[in-house]
Amino acid sequence: MHSICSQATAVPRSNFAFDSHAPALPISKPINLRFCGLRKEAFGFSGLTHSCSSRVRFTSRGHSKRISASAENNGTPPKSFDYDLIIIGAGVGGHGAALHAVEKGLKTAIIEGDVVGGTCVNRGCVPSKALLAVSGKMRELQSEHHMKALGLQVSAAGYDRQGVADHANNLASKIRSNLTNSMKALGVDILTGFGTVVGPQKVKYGKVGFPDNIVTAKDIIIATGSVPFVPKGIEVDGKTVITSDHALKLESVPDWIAIVGSGYIGLEFSDVYTALGSEVTFIEALDQLMPGFDPEIGKLAQRVLINPRKIDYHTGVFATKITPAKDGKPVTIELIDAKTKEPKDTLEVDAALIATGRAPFTNGLGLENINVETQRGFVPVDERMQVIDANGNLVPHLYCIGDANGKMMLAHAASAQGISVVEQVTGRDHVLNHLSIPAACFTHPEISMVGLTEPQAREKAEKEGFEVSVAKTSFKANTKALAENEGEGLAKLIYRPDNGEILGVHIFGLHAADLIHEASNAIALGTRIQDIKFAVHAHPTLSEVLDELFKSAKVKATASSHVPVSEPVAV
Amino acid sequence: MANILQTSFLPSTSSLRRTPISGSKGKSQVLQVKAKIREIFMPALSSTMTEGKIVSWMKSEGDKLSKGESVVVVESDKADMDVESFHEGFLAAIMVEEGGVAPVGSAIALLAETEDEIAEAKAKAKSQSSSSSSSSSQKAVEEQPKQIEEAAPDVPAASSVAAAPAVLAPKTVALGSAVHPASEGGKRIVASPYAKKLAKELKVDLGTVVGTGPMGRIVAKDVEAAAVAVVGTVAASPAKPAPVAPGIELGTVVPFTTMQGAVSRNMVESLSVPTFRVGYTITTNALDALYKKIKSKGVTMTALLAKATALALAQHPVVNSCCRDGNSFTYNSSINIAVAVAIDGGLITPVLKDADKVDIYTLSRKWKELVDKARAKQLQPHEYNTGTFTLSNLGMFGVDRFDAILPPGTGAIMAVGASQPTVVASKDGRIGMKNQMQVNVTADHRVIYGADLAAFLQTLAKIVEDPKDLTF
Repeated sequence: MHSICSQATAVPRSNFAFDSHAPALPISKPINLRFCGLRKEAFGFSGLTHSCSSRVRFTSRGHSKRISASAENNGTPPKSFDYDLIIIGAGVGGHGAALHAVEKGLKTAIIEGDVVGGTCVNRGCVPSKALLAVSGKMRELQSEHHMKALGLQVSAAGYDRQGVADHANNLASKIRSNLTNSMKALGVDILTGFGTVVGPQKVKYGKVGFPDNIVTAKDIIIATGSVPFVPKGIEVDGKTVITSDHALKLESVPDWIAIVGSGYIGLEFSDVYTALGSEVTFIEALDQLMPGFDPEIGKLAQRVLINPRKIDYHTGVFATKITPAKDGKPVTIELIDAKTKEPKDTLEVDAALIATGRAPFTNGLGLENINVETQRGFVPVDERMQVIDANGNLVPHLYCIGDANGKMMLAHAASAQGISVVEQVTGRDHVLNHLSIPAACFTHPEISMVGLTEPQAREKAEKEGFEVSVAKTSFKANTKALAENEGEGLAKLIYRPDNGEILGVHIFGLHAADLIHEASNAIALGTRIQDIKFAVHAHPTLSEVLDELFKSAKVKATASSHVPVSEPVAV
Repeated sequence: MANILQTSFLPSTSSLRRTPISGSKGKSQVLQVKAKIREIFMPALSSTMTEGKIVSWMKSEGDKLSKGESVVVVESDKADMDVESFHEGFLAAIMVEEGGVAPVGSAIALLAETEDEIAEAKAKAKSQSSSSSSSSSQKAVEEQPKQIEEAAPDVPAASSVAAAPAVLAPKTVALGSAVHPASEGGKRIVASPYAKKLAKELKVDLGTVVGTGPMGRIVAKDVEAAAVAVVGTVAASPAKPAPVAPGIELGTVVPFTTMQGAVSRNMVESLSVPTFRVGYTITTNALDALYKKIKSKGVTMTALLAKATALALAQHPVVNSCCRDGNSFTYNSSINIAVAVAIDGGLITPVLKDADKVDIYTLSRKWKELVDKARAKQLQPHEYNTGTFTLSNLGMFGVDRFDAILPPGTGAIMAVGASQPTVVASKDGRIGMKNQMQVNVTADHRVIYGADLAAFLQTLAKIVEDPKDLTF
């Protein structure tokens, strides 16, 4: 006989807050509705595997206007300039800066040695989104269960590899010409060739085999970006051992591909390859997959994006040697234990994708001419993106943005940094709050985040002595998500219950990448939860996930509210 | 027609679990439960919740629990919730693994009061899960189609993948070696990620699976084939009493057994292969005479037919090829003739390896050995899933002609009818009596064309009508 009654009880997981009884701190009204805060960043170059390692280091507000004394050593700066602003590198960062510079009335030139658009447009975000769009649709069509639940019948879905590859390539060309045209239309001079800094406010550029041209500018922005980082021991042949540059051309869909690195790039490609029928083996040096993500999001993502798919993984191992396939032999990968350095395994696969992050592309920039030493290739800059020379002094009129400075290796971060620099050179001090820059991983479903992860927030809270609370909502309760039959997902809010400050938001679920901006804008503008929770969201939309998230946060009643204008407005 | 089903690639985990069904209905005992071992139930986390999914176990078996401590995270229709323990004790046995779904109110784990009771609780968990499968056989049966359905969408995806051009085996008619260079003589098992996953799911030991992927790698369908084979050999025997139900109740709907489910799915899968058929009438007087002569030496008709077929195949390698991915041929390196054999509750296809090279006497002995093993359900996977060409013979029933369905993964199958005395007009204008049999080959037209089969059959007829080469 069952003589036992139920022994379990349940505690709702969502919406719980760490209620504390600490005295509420005197709250200052959110005074600063500009981008606020002075943040100094320090990263390794795991930028793309997500750069949230140690995001919070605050410096004092005092902006030291040190001017390099070494300027005389490099010749006299010219008195009149060809341009107000020269940008070296026409990627997304350079483009964003150029457009803003024109808006501010600066005479601007941009130097590009390769193609306009840089990594993002030609070998990164843009073509990969084309592939991911295909993989998302394939995934949907292949999911018999999903289709049946919607009442749809689809006969076997198939794809044409060349057609998919063409889609990616066409998208890149289209965006590239859009970028080029937008700059030309605004009167930005596009100078072709590799740019080199020859002295203060002086740049030369030219194609190989052609005479160099020297141009001068009042201010110079370095925006040369990055290239895929390939650890030593790995031989890239572009066919069977490839980087994202090659993978985006989708010249083949291997039966079995090993992906070295489980950050953004690796994860997105695993989504593409498994949708197209490949099996994937992840090789990750750290002990867990997706190391850069909030642990809870990572765990959920693993449950949805890894475990049910044709993916296995080796964690805590380095790939010390990867040999491309030749003479009928497969690609071989030698693995060693990341800690003991002892050989662990040898894998034989059809192809290997190296997604171990990106390295700055700063060779040949002529930085030695102005006494600047790169650090592992990155150009050292202060929080205003002004370049720091070997003696620790600021180099006047020289800035570096984007992947080349390594602060936050994301296209939109580069653009934001570029805009920030233009603001400064046009006389308005501006410091970009990197904690308000969202990041997204375009898997199916998507992952997005802004601000701190929970462990980072707790660490910071411990140091600075404040409370941290977490609120969560599920996509399962969202009408629109359920209508799409995509209820899998979670949104997580990390905040201060004492004053309602948003510390971080992490979303995993349908269209997470589009949903994050409500949170990132709130962080950028300093909006508090007690205020944003009164904002209205259209029903039924996915944005209600965030609406519910803000509403479920428990901010102490003592937290001051930025009272909105409550007078009735006639409409 | 039903006799080619053995090679079906089909996952079926539940075969083993189903075995205790045999007449244990009365035994579906209510377990004795001592108060010291408590069950943790799937809680109802919302008014609409009927079942919950285990997101993660926060404790593992053997961990100590204190009252109020969270044990497990359950996903309901609304949100993920922590489930707390109401009692102190040890988490003795987890009955529903992470990712598993359990109805509200069903036991998901056992809690032992003391450490000593953990073992007892574990035993109980085991008996409980088996009794639940027997007492609710209806449910077990319901689960199967679901599992099969889940696995189904993946298969076409895997097979439709184009291999990377750079790693494709040379396109010449080079015969690929079956030994994986990485396996270091079998020391290491090279299996694709999905194959590994499936093997775990279907409880197949990868060490016993023969890889057919690039360079001998084990791929998903090898595991599926091995799993089906296990069903055929292991599960078929204890299930014996079940299919031979004394009275079939007319007008009832009976769910498929695992085997029937496997067959069904395999048959449906065969529809994705464009097949065609070519028939031929072969005079067997010479073969019959030869058979009579060497029968005393233990030679069987099956071995003779297999040998003749193999010799014909040796001259027509394309008929011994197969198409795995829709993009390429695989010219099989050896001629392995699979011969369908009916066994209790199913059928199996023992394989005569290298039938073209092995002499007829050895082949006959080998055949006898295989049939004995098959009857005793002792065939090893490589003895039934490595066929490159299948023979199916219904002649013993007096069937004069029939048509076989091509087993997925092979290029052709030959249906052999009975050899019968027939009145034949000969070329010189006489009418005489000859023994003739009809054969009918079904082949995959993606790789084998009409002329290929015709030429192959002509060669086969020549060999059978002049069988001296069979005994060299």
